[in-house]
Amino acid sequence: MSGELAIDVHGLIKRFGKKTAVAGVDIQLPRGEVWGFLGPNGSGKTTTIRMICGLLKVTEGSGQCLGYDIQRDAALIRQQTGYMTQKFSFWSDMTIRENLEFVARLYRLPHLRETVDQTLEKLGLTNRQRQLAGALSGGWKQRLALAAVTMHNPKLLLLDEPTAGVDPQARRDFWDEIHHLSLEGMTVLVSTHYMDEAERCDRIVYLANGHKIVEGTVPDVIDRSGLSTFRGEGKGVRRLAEALKTEPGVDHVAYFGSALHLSGQDPAAIRAALNRHPSDDVVWNEVRPSLEDAFIALSAEAGVDTRVHA
Amino acid sequence: MNAVVSSFARIWAVFLKEAVQMRRDRLTFAMMFGIPIIQLILFGYAINMNPKHLPAALLVEEQTPIVRTLVQSLRTSEYYNFVMQTSDPRETGDLLARGEVAFVVSIPAGFTRQLVRGEHPQILIEADASDPAAASGAVGFAQTILTDALRHDLKGPLRSVAASGQPPFELVVHQMYNPEAKTSYNIVPGLLGVILTMTLVMITSMAMTRESEQGTLENLLAMPVKPFEMMLGKILPYVIVGASQTLVILLAAQILFEVPFIGQPWILLLGVTIFVLANLALGFTFSTVARTQMQAMQLTFFFFLPSILLSGFMFPFRGMPDWAQVIGEALPLTHFLRIVRGVMLKDTSLAQLQDPLIALCIFTAVAVSVAMLRYRRTLD
Repeated sequence: MSGELAIDVHGLIKRFGKKTAVAGVDIQLPRGEVWGFLGPNGSGKTTTIRMICGLLKVTEGSGQCLGYDIQRDAALIRQQTGYMTQKFSFWSDMTIRENLEFVARLYRLPHLRETVDQTLEKLGLTNRQRQLAGALSGGWKQRLALAAVTMHNPKLLLLDEPTAGVDPQARRDFWDEIHHLSLEGMTVLVSTHYMDEAERCDRIVYLANGHKIVEGTVPDVIDRSGLSTFRGEGKGVRRLAEALKTEPGVDHVAYFGSALHLSGQDPAAIRAALNRHPSDDVVWNEVRPSLEDAFIALSAEAGVDTRVHA
Repeated sequence: MNAVVSSFARIWAVFLKEAVQMRRDRLTFAMMFGIPIIQLILFGYAINMNPKHLPAALLVEEQTPIVRTLVQSLRTSEYYNFVMQTSDPRETGDLLARGEVAFVVSIPAGFTRQLVRGEHPQILIEADASDPAAASGAVGFAQTILTDALRHDLKGPLRSVAASGQPPFELVVHQMYNPEAKTSYNIVPGLLGVILTMTLVMITSMAMTRESEQGTLENLLAMPVKPFEMMLGKILPYVIVGASQTLVILLAAQILFEVPFIGQPWILLLGVTIFVLANLALGFTFSTVARTQMQAMQLTFFFFLPSILLSGFMFPFRGMPDWAQVIGEALPLTHFLRIVRGVMLKDTSLAQLQDPLIALCIFTAVAVSVAMLRYRRTLD
């Protein structure tokens, strides 16, 4: 059973004192897939990832990671897992090369010099290998970190918001690399706040306040939300926003540039609301709900207020 | 006027912010009050510049009323605390070398007979002058104490012995190990221990704190490295630092201060090695306790203060009250000072140094165990 699953955890709970950070999370991540881990800040994504790789003790629940018990065999899991922390956690006062060499030595990689040379080559940092890692820009730091945590060819890659604060081009390159690694057979669990990144994943898991709200492919999740969304465009749309917010049947109002999205569970109720606020210069069309709309709807449905980031 | 008011408002804002942050760091807060209190207690009560009740041994080879008077007078003086009295010279043989006593007072056989005949017999005081400050007071007062004691006994037919104006006996003082009573002989070897303590504890106390402060700890913990591997790996570079410091200080002792080195270098090497490990293990323990590098510094200072004052480095160990000696015995520097002074100044043998060596080993073992127990394997 665990043979096909890279991560197989049940009912993971983590409490810090009285505060429950993760309140019973199940994840069954098959080998070779790329899964996105989404949810607002403080929803328990980082805590869950840390429990999976043995960096935090599990308060309750159990599970396996790469076939090893997450509570008992943390040391074995570490050997075959690459974990990239949310904050850059390599040594700023060591050069790029020194950082890679340190990691290579810890994992006892054969042909140290060649391995590091190849990694630098692949990264495109051969010319800058003698620079201090702290001198790199945000995007390069992320790439260095990814290279460092994959150097030992882990079977599982845990990435905690790897692209936070990184420019779009660097993010795209980063994801190309992730898919490349996935093609080589690596299983990836990546947490992110970016909806476009979520759409690059085989499946997504959405967490809110320590609960798993939903899991599935992106279209799945949108369908599951049962949401209808209407897009209004035109000059007067902004003036309508305040009035529409309080209408029954309108659960969510969001701006998209000069356009407005209204979402709710019942399309007839939204149409009725729109009819109560007629406007000549605004055109309304039903559109496919965005992933973001779906998440908010699903959280509300589960009784979790996502605005409270405890 | 307005500018002044708004300037005060900003000063007040910064003041409040500092006060909040100061209060938040509990350890710092405790140190601000703890260190002055400790200093007050140590300087006020523990330290004695004119030490009394120093341990001493009596070698008395005859028992006569006059000798008993002399012994009694020494016993009642506040300078000596006689821990043994014997008539066998073999028993007092290496008491000084082992540092068990600071003085050996010898009254030879035939003393009374020579005294009565007016032959000015000798009383010998062998003082451990490796710490000149400790020895000077007791030696200085010995003559007075002994002469006063005899004044009552030398009456009747013996009055002529007392009346000659000179003391009826000759007090011979052997300043052992440091005949010229040079302070540098005591201080420089001690400095080796002090410098090793200060630098090594401080550097290693940063070892883990720096990782957690810079956010690299999470990365380290996620990689396959075991706690003892981490500790040894972090400590070993500083063993080399400690070795280099030792070399420099010993060369300086020889060349600049001309401190003798009469013992076996390998015994000192053994002592230095264990002492360095003890300090590094302690520093590593601190680094598992402190949450910031600032706290690590404070813990180091907190440890360093009693180490300097209660180890016998600056003030005679035996001159301190018992409770201070108990604390001193728990400090590695105290034991190291016995080893380094013993080897350099007294040619002390390995067997004579087994107590301080064992004490250092125990300290190291405890520090390593605590460090391993305290070491965080997870981020909990």
